[in-house]
Amino acid sequence: MAADIASAQKRAPWILLSPSLTTIGLLLVIPMMFIVVYSFWLRTATGADQVGFYLDNWQEVLSDVFYRDILFQTLKIALYTTIICAFVGYIPAYFVANTKMRSKTLLLLMLMLPFWISYIIRTMSWINILGTSGALNGLLLWAGIIDSPLNMLYNQTTVVLGLVHYLLPFMILNVYVSLEGIDKNLTEAAESLGCNGFQAFREVTLPLSFPGLAAGSLLCFVLAAGTYITPLILGGPRDAMFANLVYEAIITQLNWPLGSALSLVLLAFLGGLVVIYTRYLGVDQIAKSFR
Amino acid sequence: MDDTKRYERLLTRFKNGEISRRTFLTVLGAAGATAGIMGGPMGMLVNSAKAATPEQVRFDGWGGVVSEAFEKYAFAPYTQKTGIKVVSGTFGGADEYLARVKSSQPGEFNLAHLSGVFDYARYHNMELSSELNEDNIPNLKTVIPNLITPLRKISNGKLSAVPYDYGTTGIAYNRKHISDDEAKAKGAKLMVDDAYKGKIGGWAEWKTRIWYGALQSDQNPNDIQDIEAVWDMIRKHRDLALKYWTSGAELMSLLAEEEIYVTEGWSGRIRALQDQGHDIGYYDPKGGLGWQECIFVLKGSPMAACEELLNFMLEPDVAIAVAEGQSYPPALDPKKVELGKVIPTLPAFDPSGTLDGLSFFDPAYWNKNEADWSKKFSRVQRGY
Repeated sequence: MAADIASAQKRAPWILLSPSLTTIGLLLVIPMMFIVVYSFWLRTATGADQVGFYLDNWQEVLSDVFYRDILFQTLKIALYTTIICAFVGYIPAYFVANTKMRSKTLLLLMLMLPFWISYIIRTMSWINILGTSGALNGLLLWAGIIDSPLNMLYNQTTVVLGLVHYLLPFMILNVYVSLEGIDKNLTEAAESLGCNGFQAFREVTLPLSFPGLAAGSLLCFVLAAGTYITPLILGGPRDAMFANLVYEAIITQLNWPLGSALSLVLLAFLGGLVVIYTRYLGVDQIAKSFR
Repeated sequence: MDDTKRYERLLTRFKNGEISRRTFLTVLGAAGATAGIMGGPMGMLVNSAKAATPEQVRFDGWGGVVSEAFEKYAFAPYTQKTGIKVVSGTFGGADEYLARVKSSQPGEFNLAHLSGVFDYARYHNMELSSELNEDNIPNLKTVIPNLITPLRKISNGKLSAVPYDYGTTGIAYNRKHISDDEAKAKGAKLMVDDAYKGKIGGWAEWKTRIWYGALQSDQNPNDIQDIEAVWDMIRKHRDLALKYWTSGAELMSLLAEEEIYVTEGWSGRIRALQDQGHDIGYYDPKGGLGWQECIFVLKGSPMAACEELLNFMLEPDVAIAVAEGQSYPPALDPKKVELGKVIPTLPAFDPSGTLDGLSFFDPAYWNKNEADWSKKFSRVQRGY
């Protein structure tokens, strides 16, 4: 009898977990395994896949300087984007968290508004702002600051700008959640002990909001590094990111095996980053911003 | 002959319109009752039969003004006439569409507006082609023979598609900044002219880039002797270019907004820009790229319904209306069909109906090099 109860207790967590495990298994693990298997196949001259166990794709991806350079360029763009998002995003997050306005909910709703518009449309809007006959050039010409339109589009800067535009709400929400959780008495205590406002922020608020900042940075970095739409719309001929190579391998070259290997390399890099983050800060902070 | 084979033949006869749906289902039902089974292959065949006289067929094309023309002048009247709905999808390129088809089940995609003989050969080599019953498409007789012959050569005398229109990828330039005389004098080399650095565009498609790279390095695009010289020209163009465009809509936007002054462009899209009042010139340089587009029927499609749609689309009234809507000349032979007043004014139109003045991709040559060149272009584009 006691053995039966012990056995049932042992099984209970697995039974409770089974819906989640099944979902993750069917929607994540099994498709991922397909990609892993694909990466060991070969593309034939006709475009058909040659089934087997070949290391050619992996050898090419890991030894070719072209893929390494584009990967570093991708990580660099993602890093710039994350840093800008952190600096630019902290200010509105701080304002929303500390405002005495009654319409705080409205402010939060406004943060969500961009998500209601397609990411592609939001990205394309920069063409109307920065284009030769766009709003900014029009304004500068009207003000007499320039004589002829400036070429502001289709370079790495506009790619970063497009990514910041896309990812800023993620950063603001994460930082906001973190700031909202800080006990206001702590800053008041710091000020009563002689800190001025900036010192209280630097010594108390900023360190305590760091988990939110880190969670937002992780999200921004991972999402930025995985994008291909923004460089396609706002980038010049050279401004590719790693995901563009995956797209080209799979769509243009119809080389699914190579595309699989490339996507796994990107996954490994970004997954490694998540592992490091989890090791030091834990993933629960990210989950908080979605609650 | 086993039962499955017998049922498959029955289905083929039905799909070809040789027997009616009622007869087919009656024979199948009787066979099922006799065999005492209604599941397994029998069930699959019944489902397939439903698809053979479908409520809808799927058509995928290039979107934009081209799709609008198809919708308005071909699909809507066809649906009105037959009751079969045409579900219209779009793609940005034949490569992208091929990737979608490759990951789908036969029958999921039916008809596609594919470019040139190159794509026809590629799809055929991947065993995605169907076999048209030409008796069901009497209007095929009015099509320019020189557009049909290359397709037949690829698919052993049979057809999997009907040619539908043709056009050119020539040089489009903004007349405010580049004169007609300059465009004619420089030809393809206008796009590697340092004077227009930062105001040059180009299609982000490897075939077109290599074709123009060959012209810029004074080579025959269908017989390139010095491929390194071509890559050098592509590199030069890349360094001078502001943007590689990826769709007709983007091409039109870049030219209309004066982001770029010169690019190669699709004749129909440039005509559409001209019709909108933009002062854009268009010139087919020597050896400029001609292409034909066909309506390709994919393997596993409901053939009778697709053939009926193809025949309908080749009706002169429909084909001319679509051609005027999309600004590409129809594949109809001007010697056999009166094409009206607008068609002869479209860019790339050939009144002789022979298309002898145009250069086309040699499918064997380009398919042979496709894997290497498309991969290499991806690198060159990125600065290598």
